[in-house]
Amino acid sequence: MHTISLDQSVRLIPDGASLMIGGFLGVGTPEDIIDEIVRQKKRDLTVIANDTATPDRGIGKLVQAKLLRKVVVSHIGLNPETQRQMMTGELEVELVPQGTLIERIRAAGCGLGGILTQTGIGTPVETGKQRIEVDGKAYLLEIALRADFALVQAFIADYLGNLSYALTARNFNPVIAMAAGTVIVSADNIVPVGVISPDHVVTPAPIVDYLIANP
Amino acid sequence: MEPQTIIARRIARELSPGMLVNLGIGIPTQVANHVPAGMHVFFQSENGLIGTGSVAEEGMAHPTLTDAAGRPVTALPGASAFDSAMSFGLIRGGHLDLTVLGGLQVDQSGLLANWTIPNKMVPGMGGAMDLVAGANRVIVAMQHVAKGGSKIVKKCTLPITSTRPVDLVVTELAVIKFSEGKAILLETGPRISPAQVVAATEAELVLPSHIPEMPP
Repeated sequence: MHTISLDQSVRLIPDGASLMIGGFLGVGTPEDIIDEIVRQKKRDLTVIANDTATPDRGIGKLVQAKLLRKVVVSHIGLNPETQRQMMTGELEVELVPQGTLIERIRAAGCGLGGILTQTGIGTPVETGKQRIEVDGKAYLLEIALRADFALVQAFIADYLGNLSYALTARNFNPVIAMAAGTVIVSADNIVPVGVISPDHVVTPAPIVDYLIANP
Repeated sequence: MEPQTIIARRIARELSPGMLVNLGIGIPTQVANHVPAGMHVFFQSENGLIGTGSVAEEGMAHPTLTDAAGRPVTALPGASAFDSAMSFGLIRGGHLDLTVLGGLQVDQSGLLANWTIPNKMVPGMGGAMDLVAGANRVIVAMQHVAKGGSKIVKKCTLPITSTRPVDLVVTELAVIKFSEGKAILLETGPRISPAQVVAATEAELVLPSHIPEMPP
């Protein structure tokens, strides 16, 4: 694990990169990294996340700044700008059931090729997917989903990069941390090693590549 | 009484102590207001919380404690927080006793459409498909009629949410149970006759010999 400045952390991200970003309607999204991506005008990005929040918050700001080529999300209902860009064809939107999305990410992070789920069978979600029968029940094969970067918001990080999260700001964060080539963490609090009890570490330090240092 | 209140109050009667329950956005959320005093029910928010309480009072909101609609809420004693993989593991894995969702259409075999109106309303399915496919029991809370048309139809014209039929629909006019491909009228709304329900419903209803009004 390396500590890094906010500016340098975003310089690691090339145009055209795929990003997994934590957050549920902006709760648990690293706003400082988002703002820096907007400032550095990274382009042609693919974002994999739960939703596109609202236009003034979290991933919504990336949509608003038109930095995205594609989003893979479960919900865009609270962001009219995402819907508008989807309708005009400016932004590609792949909608995935939330449980399937997080499990595809989890699978990638755990070295699995995909998962079998009953969710989406017989709906438009099934289009183009393989059905597999197990013990007489039909499932959809949903393949693993990886990204170049995971942008993680933690509540507490220690100097080694062990992470814990707060309440509903946890959501996608610990799962995406397992499924990306490079893991960049923004933490609300940075504390000495040992402050987080081993039982309360949710993301173990070796998973984290970069921790953004306090300015 | 407001239609939403009639619906939420009736659905609250389906709860029992210790159940794990997920309430969707809209009318379903109001079910929590009608839980009998002293009954402990675990409410799940799919963004990663069991033990979701009421909306936080002014000045008491915390930015990391929200429900699935993003509203600041409280957490009750005994609450637990977890990531989204765990949250949907609970939903699909047979651990969720009941989900209550809104609906756009329910057809007479119990199939639900509630996530899109193609080319008009495309919010994304969020957790709805997982909830209907995975919960042990599915109840739809919706008004009986919209824009002059029955929402309980012969066959869904909108894309369905799951091939798994729902168990119960509660509207301000009726409680309808779905069993073996049939829609059975169990109860009528306050001061509503079975004939009025039939007139307001496109789907074919099975009418048992005794159809009581919803309990007050």
